[in-house]
Amino acid sequence: MSEVIVITSGKGGVGKTTTTANVGTGLAQLNKKVVMIDTDIGLRNLDVVMGLENRIVYNLVDVIEGKCRLKQALIKDKKYPELCLLPSAQTRDKDAVSPEQMKELIEELKQEFDYILLDCPAGIEQGFKNAIAGADRALVVTTPEVSAVRDADRIIGLLEANEISRIDLIVNRLRMDMVKRGDMMNVDDVTEILAVNLIGAVPDDEQIVVSTNQGEPLVGSNSLAGQAYANISRRITGEEVAFLDLDAKQGVFSKLKGLFGRN
Amino acid sequence: MGLMDLFKKKSSGDVAKDRLKLLLVSDRANCSPEVMEAIKNDIIQVISKYMEIDTDALNIQITQTESESNNGTVPALFANIPIRDMKHRSER
Repeated sequence: MSEVIVITSGKGGVGKTTTTANVGTGLAQLNKKVVMIDTDIGLRNLDVVMGLENRIVYNLVDVIEGKCRLKQALIKDKKYPELCLLPSAQTRDKDAVSPEQMKELIEELKQEFDYILLDCPAGIEQGFKNAIAGADRALVVTTPEVSAVRDADRIIGLLEANEISRIDLIVNRLRMDMVKRGDMMNVDDVTEILAVNLIGAVPDDEQIVVSTNQGEPLVGSNSLAGQAYANISRRITGEEVAFLDLDAKQGVFSKLKGLFGRN
Repeated sequence: MGLMDLFKKKSSGDVAKDRLKLLLVSDRANCSPEVMEAIKNDIIQVISKYMEIDTDALNIQITQTESESNNGTVPALFANIPIRDMKHRSER
């Protein structure tokens, strides 16, 4: 039984695409068959984060318009052959695709893959509606900032209205030094305000920039963000990676403290 | 930092949290002025069956109130309805 997960946030620039790339790669590391779909038509990004930009021949809109077969548009990952990317079209606009067409496409992909990840564009317009059309569950990405949390709340409302039953929260770009001084909301604050299940917290990590520069997701690497994404991927598969109890979370935090202590 | 403690200044993280909580109450209530007007008119209709009210001074708004179960605040509809006169029971 395959699962269709939309990665969304409302606000732009909080890390949807980075999360999609890392969770997709993380699931592939767990030997799952994964396809990531970039649904941001006109602003293609997931391909560069994955380092696959030079391999694109066909895209999402080509598939939907019948210009190629689905298999022709799927790009295999460099490291994990069971991980595929369906890139977005760069020169079209959001109206080129309808929610019904997305549902059909996803049905076809379900026969082939265990996980279908949809990288959602920012905003709540057509692109968002297309991205959530076929989704069973959602990962809502936010940062501990007022604007991002507000938008996440709005998105959660819209997801619930669209009967996406399972919504999990990722709090991204945590800066533990700022949280410690009280100058940033902590994970509990954000989770309490949004009142959804927390599936992971990702620290602000320079290595994310490095990995994006290189076009190689850092999930599973020794960096803190890499570990955080690996844990999120495992939780998505249903594995209990102790976190929801406070002790496990403190484990993450003490690791963070350790890092800052060394500096 | 010491100075800040002296003045008991709230940390900016707490300021953010408080602002968000307030903001989301009105965001979540998601009531357009049209909807609020419709609610107001319906309230007037229902209450007017039982008493004479000052419809011009009637005021409704969505605010937040302490919740017992949620250990936080929840949105609440507050209505301030001045009564002009209780209708005679014999009328009914």
